[in-house]
Amino acid sequence: MADYEKLRPEITPLHEPFWDSVKRHQVELQRCDSCGAFRFIPTELCRCGSAASTWTPIAGTGEVYTYTVVHRAPTPAYQAEAPYVIAHVTVDEGPRMISVVVGCDPTDVHIGMPVTLVYEDVAPDLTLYKFTPAG
Amino acid sequence: MSDDVFIIGLAQHKFGRFPEKDSLDMASEIAMAALADAGMTMADIDVMGCGSLLEAGSGQRILHQIGATGIPVYNVTNACATGANAVRVAYMEIKAGISQVGLAVGFEKMGKSGLLGLAAKVAGADKKVWAPAGRTGSVMPTEGVLGSGMMPAVFAEIAMEYANNNDGVGFEQFAKVAEKSHAHSVLNPYSQYRKAFSLEEVMNAEVIAWPNTLPMCGPTGDGAAAVVIVSGEKLKTLPDDVRKRAVKISASVMTSDPWTAGGQAGPDVNTCTRMAADKAYEMAGVDPQDLDLVELHDCFATAELVHYDNLRLCEPGMAGKFIDERGPWRDGKIPVNVSGGLVSKGHPLGCTGVANLVEVGMHLRGEAGDRQIPDAKVGLTHVIGLGSTCAIHILEKVS
Ligand SMILES: [Zn+2]
Repeated sequence: MADYEKLRPEITPLHEPFWDSVKRHQVELQRCDSCGAFRFIPTELCRCGSAASTWTPIAGTGEVYTYTVVHRAPTPAYQAEAPYVIAHVTVDEGPRMISVVVGCDPTDVHIGMPVTLVYEDVAPDLTLYKFTPAG
Repeated sequence: MSDDVFIIGLAQHKFGRFPEKDSLDMASEIAMAALADAGMTMADIDVMGCGSLLEAGSGQRILHQIGATGIPVYNVTNACATGANAVRVAYMEIKAGISQVGLAVGFEKMGKSGLLGLAAKVAGADKKVWAPAGRTGSVMPTEGVLGSGMMPAVFAEIAMEYANNNDGVGFEQFAKVAEKSHAHSVLNPYSQYRKAFSLEEVMNAEVIAWPNTLPMCGPTGDGAAAVVIVSGEKLKTLPDDVRKRAVKISASVMTSDPWTAGGQAGPDVNTCTRMAADKAYEMAGVDPQDLDLVELHDCFATAELVHYDNLRLCEPGMAGKFIDERGPWRDGKIPVNVSGGLVSKGHPLGCTGVANLVEVGMHLRGEAGDRQIPDAKVGLTHVIGLGSTCAIHILEKVS
């Protein structure tokens, strides 16, 4: 694996369980112990006010809520992959997650498209989550 | 609580790139111009609001150049809504009866730092760590590592959402917004760019983040703007020629983005704008259809189109029809961004929220020169700071 040339996440204690779950190839999101709602991005409190939550695996399926096709990217490493799709995906558990959509032509992506989570081990210590067309 | 608040002095620097000019000199020059316009000096000023993102905390340094009188200075930053906040702190002191006369200054010197919202992220690349800081701000700690989070992409995503949810909105409608704004800019001597683009030129330009092409993205640049505001009580004591040119601030409203279901993946600029607009119209007793001109936050042309709907300038869901029917053109139903807007006039971050008050104020006074909207009586200004903040002001001509 060559040196990873792209940006790395700044992993805070609050976010660490999320990135750890990505590394295990099984995304977990916080689920409120009080009202049962899943949430993302990680927060201290649920919308209902409860601070108690459990990191819970999600199915990894959802659909594209909105997207763009990036042609001019933030750094040369990303530019090498342009054009690429950035999408907001509503996962079946409720929250929306932002990531890239891989495994299809950018022009094939559309709002409402069913997608599933995939993982890419980009460095020995870093795994990223991405989406790909379902089925 | 005090009565109404009025703008009696205003000035703006041409937007652009002025490497030979010092930023504080630019801000001081414009503050002095606004004071002169009001027939005042720093000796008359009770409070100052100063907005700058890259040089936060500069208010006192400006006063050391133009008159340090010991008054309270509020240095504010709030992303791209910084300038509007500088006005609002002075406005609030007057409303509270603490001060009678306020000076608000917004300035920014960005130089040639590239496309809006792209360069800041590249700066973070040195460390190979996604830095949520940076001058355009970042919303999600997890964004960015995937090559996302640049402003052109964020506002493209907002556009695609609107296009999907509403009929008659597509690439062409977004491009038409940029065509309109660039055409407007030709008449504005304060605009950074004054070049008209045909619709075809906008649509055939380099795609930055679909559907935003290059002429649909705001440039970075330098600018300064200032206003002098007073209480109604104070206004009564001022000379006729000052009173005749006074512009009433009928509403000053600020909101932040409330929690919305599923709204955590990207910044929500819609809900906070809608909340602020409704409150502002109510406060001013003004109907959107009464507006003679609007300066809204078009950091990208795609943003402008969704704000037609958010600000109720068109029927719900009909922003595509509104631009198709040339509603926001200077001779249309409600002229929008007759300055050229951020995509053409430019967007010196901390300056923008003061400059749009200056722009609308000039029209209401009938002093906008070639770009004057005839007989303008009511105008609205809108800024968005990502994170998110919305600030709206409604201004009215004093007859
Ligand atoms: Zn809960």
